[in-house]
Amino acid sequence: MKRILLAIACLLATALPALAETPLKIGLVAPFSGPFADYGKQMDAGIKAYMHQHGDTVAGRKVEVIVRDTTGPSPEIAKRLAQELVVRDQVDFLAGFGLTPEALAVADIATQAKKPMIVMNAASSVVTTKSPYIARFSMALPQVVAPLASWAAKNGIRRVFTLVSDYAPGIDSEAAFKKALTEAGGEVVDSIRVPLRSPEFAPFIQRIKDSQPQAVFVFVPAGEQGIAFMKGFQERGLGAAGIKVIATGDITDDHVLDVMGDVASGMITSFHYSAAHDSPENKAFLQAYEEVAGGGGRANFMAVAAYDGMNAIYQVASKLNGKIDGDKAMEILKGMKFTSPRGPIAIDPDTRDIVQTVYIRRVENIGGHYFNVEFDHVPDVRDPGK
Amino acid sequence: MAASVLGVLFDGVAYGSLLFLISVGLSVTMGLMNFVNLAHGAFAMAGGYLCVALMQRAGMPFLATLPLVFLAIALVGAALERTLYRRLYDASHLDQVLFSIGLTFMAVAAATYVWGPNQQPVRLPGFLRGQIHPGGVDLGAYRLFLIGLVAATTLALHLLMAKTRFGARVRASVDNRAAAAGLGIPVDRIFVLTFALGTGLAGVGGAVGIDVLGLDPTFPIKYMVYFLLVVAIGGAGSIKGPALAALLLGVFDVAGKYYVPEAGAFIIYGLMLTLLAFFPRGLYGRKA
Amino acid sequence: MLRPFPTPAAVSPEEDVIRPAGPCERIARLPADRWTLRETAFWLMPVLGYFAFPGYLMLGSQILIAGLFALSLDLIMGYAGIVSLGHAAFFGTGAYAAGLLASHGWHEPLSGLLAGAAAAALVALPVSLLVVRGQDLGRLIVTLGIGMLFFEAANKAAAITGGVDGLSGMEIAPLFGLFDFDLFGRTAYLYSLGVLFLLFLLCRRLVHSPFGLSLRGIKENSKRMASLGAPVERRLVSVFVIAAALAGAAGALLAQTTRFVGLDSLSFQRSAELLIMLVLGGTGRLYGALIGAALFLLAQDILAGLDPVYWQFWLGLMLVAVVLYARGGVLGGAALLAGRIRGKRR
Repeated sequence: MKRILLAIACLLATALPALAETPLKIGLVAPFSGPFADYGKQMDAGIKAYMHQHGDTVAGRKVEVIVRDTTGPSPEIAKRLAQELVVRDQVDFLAGFGLTPEALAVADIATQAKKPMIVMNAASSVVTTKSPYIARFSMALPQVVAPLASWAAKNGIRRVFTLVSDYAPGIDSEAAFKKALTEAGGEVVDSIRVPLRSPEFAPFIQRIKDSQPQAVFVFVPAGEQGIAFMKGFQERGLGAAGIKVIATGDITDDHVLDVMGDVASGMITSFHYSAAHDSPENKAFLQAYEEVAGGGGRANFMAVAAYDGMNAIYQVASKLNGKIDGDKAMEILKGMKFTSPRGPIAIDPDTRDIVQTVYIRRVENIGGHYFNVEFDHVPDVRDPGK
Repeated sequence: MAASVLGVLFDGVAYGSLLFLISVGLSVTMGLMNFVNLAHGAFAMAGGYLCVALMQRAGMPFLATLPLVFLAIALVGAALERTLYRRLYDASHLDQVLFSIGLTFMAVAAATYVWGPNQQPVRLPGFLRGQIHPGGVDLGAYRLFLIGLVAATTLALHLLMAKTRFGARVRASVDNRAAAAGLGIPVDRIFVLTFALGTGLAGVGGAVGIDVLGLDPTFPIKYMVYFLLVVAIGGAGSIKGPALAALLLGVFDVAGKYYVPEAGAFIIYGLMLTLLAFFPRGLYGRKA
Repeated sequence: MLRPFPTPAAVSPEEDVIRPAGPCERIARLPADRWTLRETAFWLMPVLGYFAFPGYLMLGSQILIAGLFALSLDLIMGYAGIVSLGHAAFFGTGAYAAGLLASHGWHEPLSGLLAGAAAAALVALPVSLLVVRGQDLGRLIVTLGIGMLFFEAANKAAAITGGVDGLSGMEIAPLFGLFDFDLFGRTAYLYSLGVLFLLFLLCRRLVHSPFGLSLRGIKENSKRMASLGAPVERRLVSVFVIAAALAGAAGALLAQTTRFVGLDSLSFQRSAELLIMLVLGGTGRLYGALIGAALFLLAQDILAGLDPVYWQFWLGLMLVAVVLYARGGVLGGAALLAGRIRGKRR
């Protein structure tokens, strides 16, 4: 009898404060070192910005973000970290995932542990299909590529040369662009896939010049290669020959745009977020971002995705009164709708993927800084890759 | 068609010249001191960053930075040779490889810490931008400058090695270090000077290479294969060998990308394997 | 002259190292090496670890896998003197072979493991012919180039390998039809440990055989060995292929326990880190590979969280310091220390 009483006392002692006081734990798995270190930093700052604005408690539970570094494209480490977060730290949500392979490797863990997995970047179409517990708040690559092709065809750009990096995202975007352009009555005159590690763009650019298209569609990893391409493009006078450059917005990422400078000037891109987007939500976001990560450069699309992912987590937590259950959380995430700093977004109940407005923008110099200025948009775009 | 062939050839030669400028120092250290220095690319990177810093912070014009870059990186090279490298001349190649990989990692981390992981831009003077069109062939002005610079450097190096007392001593030391030392040649001093010369040239190569190869902290790792290839194919210890190898690599790489872009990076590795299969000691290998 | 074998005595906990040489150790120097108490103690550690750290089993199994991979490099580098900067080529081949089998309907793990090892050995055979011919520099470049070539090839063959997105969606049947690969990583850990132990025994046997002795001889002076009548090239080819099979097994283990194969399994980074692990632990001692892998991954797990930027810097500094002051890594240093203490006592 005594023993039973003791057991009950123990149970009460552990269970009661558990509801009121155990923090709501979110495991953030992203690269914080290595070549993709910026990804982690942007996401972390986006999450902090949201918590800065909306407080660090939700539904009576304190929110605790546990940050884990995958050290670069390293799926096995990402998977291990996610497993440890689930088993050891008993997190309520998995979040982050900068790179597709890391997201794909972790999908299994989300399914096994029934933990909602909030994807804040990884942009291959296939990501959301790998686990019923994945919801994506960033974008799918074809989602921003297809509107660009239709926009081009509509505006008289019908003969396009495509140049993409020879890896899965590049090949996906080449296919999506070709499909959308052909459907809209245009034609891809030639396609080149350049090696992922390509020190020399000159020969490729010469080929483009020799085939004289109206525009060239480019998809290469942001940063070095984007800059190298634009330099070669200008050096060889393709712009003067009347060839336009169109691309997805990661090449003119807000975070690196100022470094690219006038090389990128006038470039037309399609994307879901620009720091120059004019809305009260975006102003509030940028201000909060500046306050938590001031001096760290401009916020980019990953910070916004993290900010929105955090918004979703708060909504789920308050609807469930702080008691997170994987399946119930997914029911709430499916069909979720709100206004993000990028504009209106929603989660498709069937695919758990994001539905959002895609903007067509042009790089312009505003007060000494370069921005992607939106001048056209396509609302409610779904991932056409599924 | 003929114009495009000439254009491709020109681009390839320019690219090869750049590779040669950066790698020649590595070839000489390997031939002379029998030292496998994988950190060679780090000196090129340092040159690049110095050039960018001088232009951005001190407002110097691009061309004026080059002599300064050469001197500064040569000094850094000499200092490292005196303090670290010379302790490992007698070590096994394995130890040298590990040591220089360690140095490379440190250089990469330090560059990330100071300059961040992003690409550094370089603004070329106006007369080096754009193209000129003699006889319908498109020639990039900057590439023309590269070829000229490297041709002049190579000529100077050749004269230095062939006509001066210093050159004779270097050649003697490469052929037989022990005998050279026995004849009273100050082998130690020769080593420092050669090492400094090689690293200084790599620094200049890194600086003029920003526009073609880019510049970010992973530079030494990204191009390590290319530098090693130039030396391995050319044969360590000479100037002729690496020059020929660098030109071959440059032309094949550029032509491959222009005519068969599908083959991607395979051309360069295929070329490497073929050449190494036929010339295991390099085109101009000297020693067994 | 052949150096005597480093005693396995220098192997585990420090207090063991300073024990004066006993009769048992003299026997251990003979080719037919006897199993020592210290080795038993060493192998008890991972078993105890299983019960002591139930929350760290995934990390544990990744350490064991890295240990197996390092063991493979030790065979060619520590014993045969072939420096490789592209050993990840075989690790990745094994990983993709096992991964492809598992994602195309063949779920049994042990046969998948064998397939991974066999695939790696198969591709290593032609490669080895290129590698063993050259000198140090030539080998370095050939291995480096082959590593890059494999990476590009896997990227190109995205239809098969999944390219940059990686290979996922594989299913692994329970081990022996009984033990499911669970969320806590229990099966993964014990499976990795079992495979590592068996393959370690194989390596240990190999390096203490006449074949292993002749490799040592080739490393010391290949011309002399050739003139003694040893088929130098054939020996090197054999050991290269065996090592590749081990690397393939390590890759297959990783693929099966994480149910994912990424392009990073073929990357230069992996080859370079492997080299660092081995050097850190000490080459030519087998146990050095295991200790180096454990140290490296533990340090990475702890340090990478503390300071992401400096992490690589310290890694580099560590390498430089090891080469300058502690050639032979942890075990080399320990053996040196033990030797000195022993010398003083006498």
